[in-house]
Amino acid sequence: MTQPVNPADIHNTILAQQKAEDRKKLAINTVFIAILLVAPFVLYPVFLMKILCFALFAVAFNLLFGFTGLLSFGHAAFLATGGYTTGYLLSQHSGLTTELGILAGTLVATVLGLAFALLSIRRQGIYFAMVTLALSQLVFFFYVQSPFTGGEDGMHGIPRGELFGLISLEDNHNMYYFVLAVFIACYVLVQRVVSSPFGQVLRAIKQNEPRAVSLGYNVDRHKVLAFVISAALAGLAGSLKSVVFQLASLNDAHWHMSGEVILMTLVGGMGTLLGPVVGATFVVNVEYQLSQGPLRDWVDPILGGIFVLTVLAFRNGIVGEIQKFVRRNLG
Amino acid sequence: MTMIFGVPLAVLSGQLLIGVINGAFYALLSLGLAVIFGLLKIINFAHGAMYMLGAMATVILFDALGVNYWVALFLAPLLVGVFGMLVEYFLLRRIAGQDHIYSLLLTFGIALLVQGVLTNLYGVSGLRYAMPDMFKGGINLGFMFLPYYRAWVIGVALLVCFGTWFMIEKTKLGAYLRAGTEDAQLMQGFGVNVPLLVSLTYGFGVMLAAFAGVLAAPIYSVTPVMGSHILIVVFAVVVIGGMGSIGGAIITGVLMGVIEGLTKTFYPPASSAVIFLVMVVVLMVRPTGLFGKEA
Amino acid sequence: MTMMKKLLTSAVASALMVGGAQADISDNTIKIGYLADMSGTYRDLAGPNGLAALNMAVEDFGGKVNGAKIEVVSADDRNSPDVASSTVRRWLENDDVDLVAGLVASSVSIAVSDILEENDKLGIVSGSAASSITNEHCTPNHIHYVYDTYPLANGTASAVVKEGGKSWFILTADYAFGHALESDVTRVVEANGGEVIGTLRHPFPTPDFSSFILQAQASGADVVALANAGADTTNAINTASEFGITQSGQTLAALLLFLTDVHALGVEAAQGIQLTTGWYWDMNDETRAWSDRFMEKTGVRPTMVHAGIYSSTLQYLKAVEATGSDDAQTVRKHMMETPINDMFAKNGRIRADGRMVHDMYLAEVKTPAESKSEWDLYKILRTIPADEAYRPLSESKCPLVSSK
Repeated sequence: MTQPVNPADIHNTILAQQKAEDRKKLAINTVFIAILLVAPFVLYPVFLMKILCFALFAVAFNLLFGFTGLLSFGHAAFLATGGYTTGYLLSQHSGLTTELGILAGTLVATVLGLAFALLSIRRQGIYFAMVTLALSQLVFFFYVQSPFTGGEDGMHGIPRGELFGLISLEDNHNMYYFVLAVFIACYVLVQRVVSSPFGQVLRAIKQNEPRAVSLGYNVDRHKVLAFVISAALAGLAGSLKSVVFQLASLNDAHWHMSGEVILMTLVGGMGTLLGPVVGATFVVNVEYQLSQGPLRDWVDPILGGIFVLTVLAFRNGIVGEIQKFVRRNLG
Repeated sequence: MTMIFGVPLAVLSGQLLIGVINGAFYALLSLGLAVIFGLLKIINFAHGAMYMLGAMATVILFDALGVNYWVALFLAPLLVGVFGMLVEYFLLRRIAGQDHIYSLLLTFGIALLVQGVLTNLYGVSGLRYAMPDMFKGGINLGFMFLPYYRAWVIGVALLVCFGTWFMIEKTKLGAYLRAGTEDAQLMQGFGVNVPLLVSLTYGFGVMLAAFAGVLAAPIYSVTPVMGSHILIVVFAVVVIGGMGSIGGAIITGVLMGVIEGLTKTFYPPASSAVIFLVMVVVLMVRPTGLFGKEA
Repeated sequence: MTMMKKLLTSAVASALMVGGAQADISDNTIKIGYLADMSGTYRDLAGPNGLAALNMAVEDFGGKVNGAKIEVVSADDRNSPDVASSTVRRWLENDDVDLVAGLVASSVSIAVSDILEENDKLGIVSGSAASSITNEHCTPNHIHYVYDTYPLANGTASAVVKEGGKSWFILTADYAFGHALESDVTRVVEANGGEVIGTLRHPFPTPDFSSFILQAQASGADVVALANAGADTTNAINTASEFGITQSGQTLAALLLFLTDVHALGVEAAQGIQLTTGWYWDMNDETRAWSDRFMEKTGVRPTMVHAGIYSSTLQYLKAVEATGSDDAQTVRKHMMETPINDMFAKNGRIRADGRMVHDMYLAEVKTPAESKSEWDLYKILRTIPADEAYRPLSESKCPLVSSK
């Protein structure tokens, strides 16, 4: 490693590597999209939509945690806010088309995200996690108190309505392709964000914040923007979820939900693009399969065990470990 | 009758006293967290579970072996402390030196695991534990009826808090501890067994939680999930006090008990949210908490 | 594949309908899905032991009804309407489940009833307290068994007022369930000539009740009513006994208390508390015999919810047997027309809104001297006739009622 190397060589290798990487990425993405397109004919569409919504939630969370290094312990607030806003608007205004309802939910979550960000962004490490936790507890308190959420009974009978006033979303397949389209759009958006110069700065902040500051970046502004994008996407996930299930409940606002999204991201592989998607799929499936089977009564301890095991043995998550394996053996 | 904001003075004094009692209890719980974070930099999300284990152990020891309250007061924390040391030795040690966040995630998983297993074994309705005979009844203070047991809780909790603070901040042992965790290599060089010191410190921190659990057994419903709710409240207390500040945890604990008590009098529905409000405000003004040192 | 299967089944079904015969039992199987909280707050009052109760009803039928096999599937709803709705949708749309039983958390029950209506399948709610389930949330596809907030308030409050408890202080859990109980209690107390002199809403959950108990004590009310549930209620009762509420002459009334709660509290702390229950294991030979069977399987005495799960499953299977059909509306209609007489209820009946009404009981927790064994916990003071106990249909907001 210490021998002198020609900088041009490095540049070329990097370029070649990047090209190969891009081709691989494209291939992987094509396969994934193909699978997702046929999936509802093989698997149960509502269940797939649930996975997509949580995957989006985890992707949003990962943008902040995995790429910027900020652990928010309050992301449930955005999921719930998106869901409640969309649910409330769609139930109250029958003229409102579904996509506008979802847009409104996302917007409110975005504004809330901005407020959270402004209040918390100057705090470091554990203090940041705790401020976001505290803020989300206040949001939870608000939803418990507000009559429009239906309290612990939840908000029910949210109409799925029609997309653009044309396509009925009552049909599970239509609904699925809509959710899938939104999901892919957001995934591509996050991909772009991460690989953009803005994303590079986020990574620089994650690796070494003081250095990023000394390089002249306005670190706070970058962090706020990352937080807001993350909150917006989390809100969008909540909005979609409320339309898919036609309900919104306090479970989404509870701090356990903030813990669950951490688990999803961690298990899948934080700081990788695909990780949160894999993690969400894994956790939702484990939870679902276990709650049906003979281990029905043991879901919580098993999830706890997965948490422990992941932190101890697979800190890079499923995707991260596979990447490492591939790099070591095939790279 | 003297009234303050529409509340009779007598009632208000009662509420303040109750606030101090709960505050002493919070102080005891946050103290353990602060010791563990301050000395080991571990964010112990299993603290609520350890508190629960202390209470469960008290009940189970009594039911199975007839161990009485006074013995349980020592035995239960000891058992939980040993359990904590095992957790430290087999699990937490493996992530030493990593980002603090991993310790949070790991202990969160441990808490889920322990709670889930006990829920399946003991159910969630709660286990019965009778008040020790000598604590039955109470005294009339004029403005309120004070059960003897609550008086005992406040006394013993504050005593243990003060003792711990004194030991860590003022004695030689405490100095070793602080030095050992700050510069492990140096202390190792002096012949101090640092890994053991770390295990013991974690064990001691969770012992404090378990001790609070024993105190809780006769007055609160003892269930496997009793720790999960109080956990984030206690975390809030520690954060407001300044993570790792031992004196800060104690003072803030009592303070939060009083603030919560006043909220319970003037606007009860907000009493579970008020601590978080205080936390947000305090961190706005002082980024590292009331008594925290700049990071 | 599932599409094909669905198309095929519906084709077969319509062929049968055209054939003129009553819709047969599809797949020659009766599939019952038991959905409940198996690991959270409501685990003990229904949970795994509720599944045991349901299986007892299946056993009584020898595992078969009209030659069709009875199959039971079960799942943990994790108290989450999301988890519950994905499970139930799959059950109804893919797995041909005919009946969904259990159903505890009200958010879960309401979410599930919407899906039942969409798929025209039947559900029986046994564990929920919300009276809205057969009021504004009623559907032609579910039945609410065992109890709801209306008779809880009615039974306890009117009895306590009549015994001289005129002024009331209500400690309310600050969420929909608590609010519903509070307003029901207030109505009953005032109707009987009593007065509510104070209410206090506490957050859910509250670990320490001393501050609230102190305020209740200072109010000087004759009666301190607890409009909360589960750990909140047991914590409040424990604290009340510690602070000597009853010694200072106040009566404690718990509005929702399950046998498992009282068992956890112990008679020492809970003695003398009055409560309303839908059923108690030690009422007569029939209930005792069934409870002994239940205890053999589970090691504990059944709550009213356990008994209700057994009874409702039994009544459902009887209706399937009598009609030879598993069609939701056919079975529900038969269940509504047939009075319920089993170890759980005498002359119980299911109303148009889906509410199963039956006699309720006012009980008092025994003193340590009266209690002969671990589960010997209640004295039944009075029977509250079904028509007095439940919300009258004339006050119903359920559209199924007004259309009649």
